[in-house]
Amino acid sequence: MLLSQSFTLSTPSECEIQVTREFNAGRELVFDAFTKPELVRRWLLGPPGWTMPVCEIDLRVGGAYRYVWRSEIDGSQMAVGGVFRDVILRERLVASEKFDDAWYPGEALVTTVFVEMKGITKTTIVVRYESREARDTARRSGMEYGMAAGYDRLEELLPKVTGART
Amino acid sequence: MDESGYGRAASNRLDRTFAALANPTRRALLARLASGTLAVGELAEPLSLSQPAVSRHLKVLERAGLISSGSDAQKRPRTLDARPLAQATAWLETYREYWEASFGRLDGLLSELKTTKTKPKRTARKKR
Repeated sequence: MLLSQSFTLSTPSECEIQVTREFNAGRELVFDAFTKPELVRRWLLGPPGWTMPVCEIDLRVGGAYRYVWRSEIDGSQMAVGGVFRDVILRERLVASEKFDDAWYPGEALVTTVFVEMKGITKTTIVVRYESREARDTARRSGMEYGMAAGYDRLEELLPKVTGART
Repeated sequence: MDESGYGRAASNRLDRTFAALANPTRRALLARLASGTLAVGELAEPLSLSQPAVSRHLKVLERAGLISSGSDAQKRPRTLDARPLAQATAWLETYREYWEASFGRLDGLLSELKTTKTKPKRTARKKR
């Protein structure tokens, strides 16, 4: 079953960004994939070319998590961490989020909700920034990251294109 | 990363772009300008708006860098500039790309976990 069509991205308020997606698996598996380090590091990688050498998750209220991504192309790193504010197993996670090199004020609060229906688990992620200014700054850094990834892909693509030309 | 003036300027520009777009009349004006350069009078007519009202909206669009005005002071022809629009959608696109790539990988991981968790008694059902 292909559920990639179920992806939505929206800005419910001027401080928030919301992502939803359905997965062809029960809540338990999806929850595990979001909270077990050995699973998280296998998929939460964004565009191709990144790995997650550090993935630590202390899944309890007050427990910390930390992710470090590394670009396999130029070795650059990106890190984020935070503390769980609410943990309801297989249902809901609330955690603070702060990137190491983020200069926007305060932290973001990430709420992830898992709802299962007939073997399909709908996952909703809401990232709430402390202010609109913070969200705008955060999304700009995301833009730079995305552009870097875009260039990486371009590099991958270029030999193919030139190869096709000859 | 540095807190460069460029970064802040880019962020402010995005703000202005979004604010400018958050109005149906201004979006209608942009849509009309997409087909070519038009003078204020030509823009006002089909929208049944007064010229001063249109001018006010145009000023907002201009501050956001979405349009530029020509040199003819009398007619003040306006031209659409799509660059800020492309920038405004770029940050959402980045989020989309990040999550879509990640979720695509998660799909694969979940189906792998499903097959390892369920006993391999029943043969994998072929779905189309």
